[in-house]
Amino acid sequence: MTDIQKQIVNGFTFTTDTYDQLTQAEVYGKVISELAETNPDIVVLTSDLMRSNKTGDFRRVFPERFFNFGIAETNMVAAAAGMAVSGKLPFLSTMAAFLSLRCAETIRNDVAYPNLPVKIIATHAGVSMGNGGTTHHAIEDIAILRSLANMTVVVPADSIETAKVVRATAKDRGPIYIRIGRALEPMAHESEDFDLTIGKSITMRDYGTDAAVIACGVCVKAAVDAADMLNEEGMKIKVIDMHTIKPLDTETVISAAESCGVVVTAEEHSIIGGLGGAVAETLSDAGLGIKFKRLGIPDIYSAIGYPEDLYARYEIDTDGLKKIVKDLLV
Amino acid sequence: MGVKEFATKAELHDFLDDKAEELRSEVIRLSAIAGGGHMGGGLSMADIIVALHYHAMNLKVGDPKWADRDRFVLSKGHGAIAYCPVLADLEFFPKDWLETFNRLDSPFGMHPDMNKIPGVEMSTGSLGHGLSVGVGMALTARLDKAKWRVFVLLGDGEINEGMVWEAAQSASHFKLGNLTAIIDRNRLSLDGPTEEIMSIEPIRERWESFGWNVSDIDGHNMKQLVDTFDSLPPVESEAPNLVIARTVKGKGVDFMENDPIWHYSGLDAEKSEEAWKSIHSSRPARRVEK
Repeated sequence: MTDIQKQIVNGFTFTTDTYDQLTQAEVYGKVISELAETNPDIVVLTSDLMRSNKTGDFRRVFPERFFNFGIAETNMVAAAAGMAVSGKLPFLSTMAAFLSLRCAETIRNDVAYPNLPVKIIATHAGVSMGNGGTTHHAIEDIAILRSLANMTVVVPADSIETAKVVRATAKDRGPIYIRIGRALEPMAHESEDFDLTIGKSITMRDYGTDAAVIACGVCVKAAVDAADMLNEEGMKIKVIDMHTIKPLDTETVISAAESCGVVVTAEEHSIIGGLGGAVAETLSDAGLGIKFKRLGIPDIYSAIGYPEDLYARYEIDTDGLKKIVKDLLV
Repeated sequence: MGVKEFATKAELHDFLDDKAEELRSEVIRLSAIAGGGHMGGGLSMADIIVALHYHAMNLKVGDPKWADRDRFVLSKGHGAIAYCPVLADLEFFPKDWLETFNRLDSPFGMHPDMNKIPGVEMSTGSLGHGLSVGVGMALTARLDKAKWRVFVLLGDGEINEGMVWEAAQSASHFKLGNLTAIIDRNRLSLDGPTEEIMSIEPIRERWESFGWNVSDIDGHNMKQLVDTFDSLPPVESEAPNLVIARTVKGKGVDFMENDPIWHYSGLDAEKSEEAWKSIHSSRPARRVEK
């Protein structure tokens, strides 16, 4: 069995409190418990998923500020809006597939339109539910959420970014959609020693100007590894971690496109309307006709399989990215 | 309780009937100048809105953000035309703002926007959301150990929505006796009688089985409305409250009553005049001589 398969079989019972041994959801559970100690307004909501999204940690410390809404997601979202409008700072989490599709209208009308500080932590995003199949894959959520005015959309690359984003968002008064995975995704960052500003991308590698890979989520680490390997082969790649899909760091997108002339986007999402869509809109608004390729799930329902096999199938892993970038440079 | 004190119940009822009569007249006037309005449902809910805002709810005239105020959510957002005039009358914003109803960049349209209209606690319009929002507000009050109540006004057809029942189950689960829902039971939704379109009866039994404390009253009788709201169990109690307010769609305007055609409509000067006459002549008899 691969490491990812072992995690799926064994569940996520890690004991060591270090980032590289915690899932993004576990990091969320710990960070929110820490923030709640100094911010009495923080409340945590979930819909019969505290075991999966790790909000059980919070419940143990603050039982009276934890609300399990059962398997009724839309009611949870609107109730979070009611709590926000009366002074609380709600963090709610459940699976991205249900939040983005079933609750789309509730998020729009009760959270985004009134512009309330509801913090949505969408777990099990992309194809991280792997063998859960189509109903549990969230491959349209970025497209849906980024079309809502007032909404911020963030896709952290790893647990360190998740921690930084959750900390940052506890201080602002707007709605936000934070999209995280399920399992122990590989770390993109080697340390906590970097600044994360929502809306400002992070340049992970800057070998040169042969091509730029703009990635988010698990694809950031894959892109970093691909760029390191391609560098050995003489191809000089820039890797941009575009953790914030909205508001998009258009300045960096345009400057990368102008300096490289070749841009590849990579995301664990449909190629329609996500990061690739947002970058394409930016390039075309700027009138930049360059070599451009969007990687992600094509316009189909993703297959059943372990996540790493799906990443390989849709060429958003290191090998896939390497191949695509090379093809574009030939 | 209430924005004004009265020596006797009869004087209170008389005052509220006056306010409801004024509100009905304003619904007609605004629908005429705005080029259309949800008159049918606006007229059916007028007495409920008045009993809540001028008597049952703890509110402070001129101070829409007073911390201890009772909260109200107009879940049937299309009732805005019979809600915004009350907020103006409570001095939450100048009355002349209402003259812009439905026009470009007006704060007022078919459905209320909390970021544009002082006093509106939650933006509504899409049916089925308000009770869930009320659940969230009631949870905040519980966490803060606050004494304020939450009132949510629903349309009767609105309870076809599944989300209403998600909210109903969570309100009793979380023991939100500080939450009171009122159903404007005017028996007509947009397409016709609720029992023909998608039946909602037996309302009482359905809500009681969800753990709610249900009362069933005449939604146009001020004495019954006042007595029901005055006798709500203490805010600390556990069962959420439902008031089934039996009403008539188009109430007060004889040619609009019980006719779904007046769900949303405009009306000309002649029809407006006819409507006002009907409103004034149908006002409950005065109990107190002036």
